[in-house]
Amino acid sequence: MKEEIIIAGFGGQGVLSMGKILAYSGIMQGQEVTWMPSYGPEMRGGTANVTVILSDKKISSPILSNFDTAIILNQQSMDKFEEQVKPGGLLIYDPNGITRHPQRKDITVCSIDAVDISAELGNSKAYNMVVLGAYLSKKKVVEHENVIKGLKKSLPERHHNLIPMNEEAIQVGMNKIVVLNTI
Amino acid sequence: MVKQKINMAEYILMKGNEAIAISAIRNGCDGYFGYPITPQSEVMETLMAEEPWDSTGMVVLQAESETSSINMLYGGASCGKRVMTSSSSPGISLMAEGLSYLAGAELPCLVVNVVRGGPGLGTIQPGQGDYFQACKGGGHGDYKMIVLAPNSAQEMYDFVDLGFELAFKYRNPALILSDGVIGQMMEKVELRPMKPRWTEEEIIKMSPWATTGKTPDRKQNVLTSLALDAAVHEALNHRLIEKYKQMEEEDVRFENYLCEDADHMIVAYGSMARVCENTVDLARKEGIKLGLLRPITLFPYPTKEIQRLVPQLKTIMSVELSAGQMVEDIRLAVNGKIPVNFYGRLGGIVPSPEEVLEAFKKEINK
Repeated sequence: MKEEIIIAGFGGQGVLSMGKILAYSGIMQGQEVTWMPSYGPEMRGGTANVTVILSDKKISSPILSNFDTAIILNQQSMDKFEEQVKPGGLLIYDPNGITRHPQRKDITVCSIDAVDISAELGNSKAYNMVVLGAYLSKKKVVEHENVIKGLKKSLPERHHNLIPMNEEAIQVGMNKIVVLNTI
Repeated sequence: MVKQKINMAEYILMKGNEAIAISAIRNGCDGYFGYPITPQSEVMETLMAEEPWDSTGMVVLQAESETSSINMLYGGASCGKRVMTSSSSPGISLMAEGLSYLAGAELPCLVVNVVRGGPGLGTIQPGQGDYFQACKGGGHGDYKMIVLAPNSAQEMYDFVDLGFELAFKYRNPALILSDGVIGQMMEKVELRPMKPRWTEEEIIKMSPWATTGKTPDRKQNVLTSLALDAAVHEALNHRLIEKYKQMEEEDVRFENYLCEDADHMIVAYGSMARVCENTVDLARKEGIKLGLLRPITLFPYPTKEIQRLVPQLKTIMSVELSAGQMVEDIRLAVNGKIPVNFYGRLGGIVPSPEEVLEAFKKEINK
């Protein structure tokens, strides 16, 4: 098993921490992982992206030019990464703020209305967990119990009271994903 | 959050920079002196968060500049302490004078350079343009540093201990030449068993040259890089040369990936070696017999390993995030016997495995 994922959106959406939870979930599953962020003078509102690789074998390059899965959370990232999904791959996006929707027919395309869903849950900070749930419903790369373990490892202990809320957000994301194109 | 990392006996997800900091604490480092600069600021951030002065007694100090921090290393090293600093390219330039003095006074220390693009203030994105600075001097005079090039967070962790070991073996500065990719990337890291800091008695025993306080049974220890008597100074130079020769005999490290049946070979270190491993796999799928040599020590350089492989090879290509620096050492090793090509990206751009493969094919089809 090898899964190469790009998660891309605005700084402040929780892109990097979502990648970190996924990477930690992989470790809990006994996988090799790398988490490679774009870094720079980025801040809330700027672009942020992270490449996460989960694999049964040793991982060589952390820098990739195409991906099994792209999780896209703003228009700039759509413009950049839609074409970098491998044929037969998966693209998940949040339609909020997207003006040009994905065109590709050779990949699976799904949407998750995570802004509205997290607002309904009463916690906009759970946004990235809703997206993570949507992803995990399509790609079962890590067992559910390892995701929860990964979540615990990623969160400082003082925030462990938030784990049930995050778990719920993941669950809702799993249920509310919409498939737009299948191959 | 970081503080709990120290006691967990399992794999931890860590940035390369965090691994440097955690490893320093766990490997008996006595003091860290640094000044923040992207992309290595997490080293001191992590050290400050861990508060090792309460656990191991390690000193962590933010100096007023890089010039100051390297001179703090000179002081700590003179006392036989395991001292280190970290910075990124422009900061290392500021330390160049101090590094030359440390090498001249034969003092062990560990310096970490998480390289960014240059010259000048450059870019904060990754680069490998400090190869010359690390391996060919940087500071003035005839000196060498032991240069280690990690390619994973685990090696960032392991090379702190290895760097100190080699620095003390040779009484010479050791440098970890990393880059923005390895520093910023998170991977799982296994924490090795903890090593305590040396006691004063151990330091006196292991480093009899250190300025630990004169006792009636020995002459005073003088540590200096200054010798006004020409003959004395030439003797120092020769002693250094002997040391560098010994490093070349005993401490060359490299990794050889699918080279034994290879027709062509890429040589790459650090983050580029990771990228090029994928390139080799892609080439092999197309039936091209490509291998990868990854120098782990950049000084001493795996010259002999390159020379061993030359007879079976048609070409070698050096792949670097520079305008072509390590390629010169490959050309020296090959000595004109086969073509040595070069591919590099600059400005903080890291090429993908496919891009390297394309560049490689272009060269061999010329």
